[in-house]
Amino acid sequence: MIPELGHFALILALTIAIVQAAFPLAGSLVGNRQWMAMARPLAYGQFTFLLIAFACLVQAFLTDDFSVLYVAQHSNSLLPEIYKVSAVWGGHEGSLLLWVLFMAAWGGLVALLSKDLPATVMARVISVQGMIAIGFLLFTLLTSSPFERLFPVPADGRDLNPLLQDPGLAIHPPMLYMGYVGFSVAFSFAIAALIGGRLDAAWARWSRPWTTAAWVFLTIGIALGSWWAYYELGWGGWWFWDPVENASLLPWLVGTALMHSLAVTEKRGAFKSWTVLLAIFAFSLSLLGTFLVRSGVLTSVHAFATDPERGLFILIFLCIVIGGSLALYAWRAPEVSEGGRFDLLSRESALLGNNLLFVAFTVLVLFGTLAPLIYEAFDWGKISVGFPWFNKMFLALAPFLALLVGFGAATRWKHDEPMRLVKLLWVAFALSIAVLAITSLPTFSGGHLWVPIGLALSAWLLFSHIAIVRERLKNKQGWRTVVADMRGSGRSFYGMVVAHVGVAVFAVGVTMVSNFEGEKDVRMSPGDSHELAGYRFEFLGAQKAPGPNYQADRGHFIVYKGDRKVTELFPEKRAYLAGGMPMTEAAIDAGLFRDIYVSLGEAVGGGDWALRLYYKPYVRWIWLGSIFMALGGILALTDPRYRTARVRASAPAGSAVGARA
Amino acid sequence: MSPLIKTLFLAAALALGTAASAYTLEEFEFDSPQQQQEFRELIAKLRCLVCQNESLAGSQAELAQDLRNEVYKMMRAGQSKDEILDFLVSRYGDFVLYDPPLKPSTYILWFGPFVLIGIGAVFLLRTLMRKKSTTDQDLTDEDRERLRQMLTAEGGKTDQPS
Amino acid sequence: MSRSIRALIPLFLFAGLVALLVFGLGNDPRKVPSPLVGKPVPDFSLPELTDPSRSVSDEDLKGKISLVNVWASWCNSCRAEHQALMALSEIPDFQIVGLNWKDESRDALTVLRMTGNPYDMNGYDPDNTVGIHWGVYGAPETFVVDRKGIIRYKHIGPIDKQVWEETLEPLVAQLKAE
Repeated sequence: MIPELGHFALILALTIAIVQAAFPLAGSLVGNRQWMAMARPLAYGQFTFLLIAFACLVQAFLTDDFSVLYVAQHSNSLLPEIYKVSAVWGGHEGSLLLWVLFMAAWGGLVALLSKDLPATVMARVISVQGMIAIGFLLFTLLTSSPFERLFPVPADGRDLNPLLQDPGLAIHPPMLYMGYVGFSVAFSFAIAALIGGRLDAAWARWSRPWTTAAWVFLTIGIALGSWWAYYELGWGGWWFWDPVENASLLPWLVGTALMHSLAVTEKRGAFKSWTVLLAIFAFSLSLLGTFLVRSGVLTSVHAFATDPERGLFILIFLCIVIGGSLALYAWRAPEVSEGGRFDLLSRESALLGNNLLFVAFTVLVLFGTLAPLIYEAFDWGKISVGFPWFNKMFLALAPFLALLVGFGAATRWKHDEPMRLVKLLWVAFALSIAVLAITSLPTFSGGHLWVPIGLALSAWLLFSHIAIVRERLKNKQGWRTVVADMRGSGRSFYGMVVAHVGVAVFAVGVTMVSNFEGEKDVRMSPGDSHELAGYRFEFLGAQKAPGPNYQADRGHFIVYKGDRKVTELFPEKRAYLAGGMPMTEAAIDAGLFRDIYVSLGEAVGGGDWALRLYYKPYVRWIWLGSIFMALGGILALTDPRYRTARVRASAPAGSAVGARA
Repeated sequence: MSPLIKTLFLAAALALGTAASAYTLEEFEFDSPQQQQEFRELIAKLRCLVCQNESLAGSQAELAQDLRNEVYKMMRAGQSKDEILDFLVSRYGDFVLYDPPLKPSTYILWFGPFVLIGIGAVFLLRTLMRKKSTTDQDLTDEDRERLRQMLTAEGGKTDQPS
Repeated sequence: MSRSIRALIPLFLFAGLVALLVFGLGNDPRKVPSPLVGKPVPDFSLPELTDPSRSVSDEDLKGKISLVNVWASWCNSCRAEHQALMALSEIPDFQIVGLNWKDESRDALTVLRMTGNPYDMNGYDPDNTVGIHWGVYGAPETFVVDRKGIIRYKHIGPIDKQVWEETLEPLVAQLKAE
């Protein structure tokens, strides 16, 4: 009964989505206030019914209702409760439902929080959200309903993939989807603006916090996925450039460009049609990612069970949404004025450079991901494009980005003096050169070329932002005012600083771990010791250890540095009762400056084990940097500018109209 | 487990990492740590053909084990890295290489993105820098009036994301 | 370039992308074409499966048109293909040479005894020593080799009626005419 209720709620949500897509928009075009006023309640209704559908599915999982095909495929009576909930999004159908639910949640939030949005804009935004929801709900109902029944009812379910029975993986997809879908808000604002034929600073102001919020979620989602892959898969890596990983990176890259471009559009009224294009791209790439992951077009380690019919459906949907919005763009963009004049040396130029680089990164990732397909389509042979290619390509551009960030954040809007910048940044620059010189010494760099470059660029990012903060504080009479500044409109400034410092932290992590990591495959008998990077790993043997739904062999290690005992590690090798897939559960001693990582391979007889030992210096900094970036986004998001309607705050946009340099 | 079943099994909402969930480690003996390092780097850059997207180093598929063994044997027989790569490419094609070599057929792969980026950059810069020559006067009076109204009257009040 | 044409560029780029994705939907990314097509068969010598005292080598593939079929007893699709091979073994135009790949000879012989032996000869390759040289990455795979010992085609996956009639039969006819 309950699954049917869920299915029915989905159908109702679709009905609402259709009304939502039609009436508010139509109302905004013909000037019918009542139709426009339907936007808010419809957005809430849409969310409510999807929440009901989702709750029904959760209930089916919690009660082990294996008469539901999707539950039977992704759960098991022995599965711990918490994973029964996360199993809801453990497969294609359920994750799609989560996606649609989040889509409606964002729509509902817009309706709830943007009280002061002009009725026409609100009506159009909600309508566009409704249109996208129609596509996804049709997709769910026609090809991928999670509520399909199974007969005869199996005694037990097939179990959730053990790889997903993990807290990291329980929260990674929701975060990621919140990010993907969050870009639909910026997209809807862009389309609403294009429909109205007006793109202006007000539009940028409205989109900005939503874009930042989606970006924060996506940043956290990607970082979580990377962290999960690192500790759960036992291979010690944190990024493999797999098509599915790239699919999550693409909207992030464009989203990052969009955030920066929106700043220019809001403050200076410039780059308008470019910014709107980025808003379309960010969400389009989220959709493209969905297609790539769920259609089986590319080979990936973690593709969903794929189905050409689903692929075709999403492709048609893509054509309508992206093709339609780009056609709208082609129609409206030529009428958009490009206001806001600026000099070569200005914040505008720097942000333009940022946009160029991020779009370049996007082109690289997209091209590399699709290159095997392009080669096959033109019959140029079958090739693989893997991490070596992506690493080389990224390294070719990354230094420019790091250099630019330091300068760009220091420049002023509209026009800046070269001498002012030199005065402001020379110390930071000199310090970075010093870092470059010191880390170039062979004793430090170990002959790795990228060590001094990576560290000097990180230093540059850090020192230049210290200089920038110092200058701001000097103008605001010292450090004591920092708290007051943080309470006021300084938040987005500090958000930027924190996020940029996060980039520096991230860069240090990548540089150090890529160049100094150590790894050893060994066979060990109980009592054996092995040395790696100054640590001695003593193996005491492995014992059987039962788990709730698996049987494990648990190894016992003591790690010494010199004579000092550093830690004890208990890596596991698990055999899950349902499915029988073996799983390696690595044991990690995490530290700010290094991780020690042991993963258990195979028992090779006589109590001996094949295992892998890793030493991962500074690997945490990769995720720490990501957290900084996300925190920066959150800080910027809470800037009171987005909450209060102060006339002063809109002055910069006004300057696009009147003032002249 | 066949790759297909494995795919179905992995039907999951992951976005990251590689599914080296468990692996078999052969015991390879090397003359020197350098040789071991070289071997590692080599098998990390070779693709396991039957897997979804895993390197020879990360995969536990049988074919991957066979190929690891073959690479090991060739290495021990004193063959150079290039000779080993040539052999594998002659049997399995360029698909086996995660790091495609620079040659005429891969020029598009290695230079294509930069050409695209270059064209895009010139284009974008030309478009956006054009405003250096334009003035700010390209808004009509009507536009200006509307903007002023929006930003001061109702538009200035904005959404509350938190 | 006028602004209106410029504004159309993203749409054009997207159309290109869609064309690529449509191609991708109809394309099986798992099929890897063999670089050996057009090249002579690799040198090899393997014990014959049914009679280990004899051997099968590249010499046996010269002078006749051959279908070299990679198979194993553990491979389900090979079993599905077996009937088709039995039917093909009646045709005198070519020989069918098996490459018994990563298999146990006992299991392989059982399969041949129970379901019939379509092979004119069978190389036994339990350790994938020859398989690697042929670029084998799965079973079943079938190579079509001409009289000069040149590999002319590689079929990946089981041979069925459709594959035979649409692809292999015309190819064999062509090789016969050469």
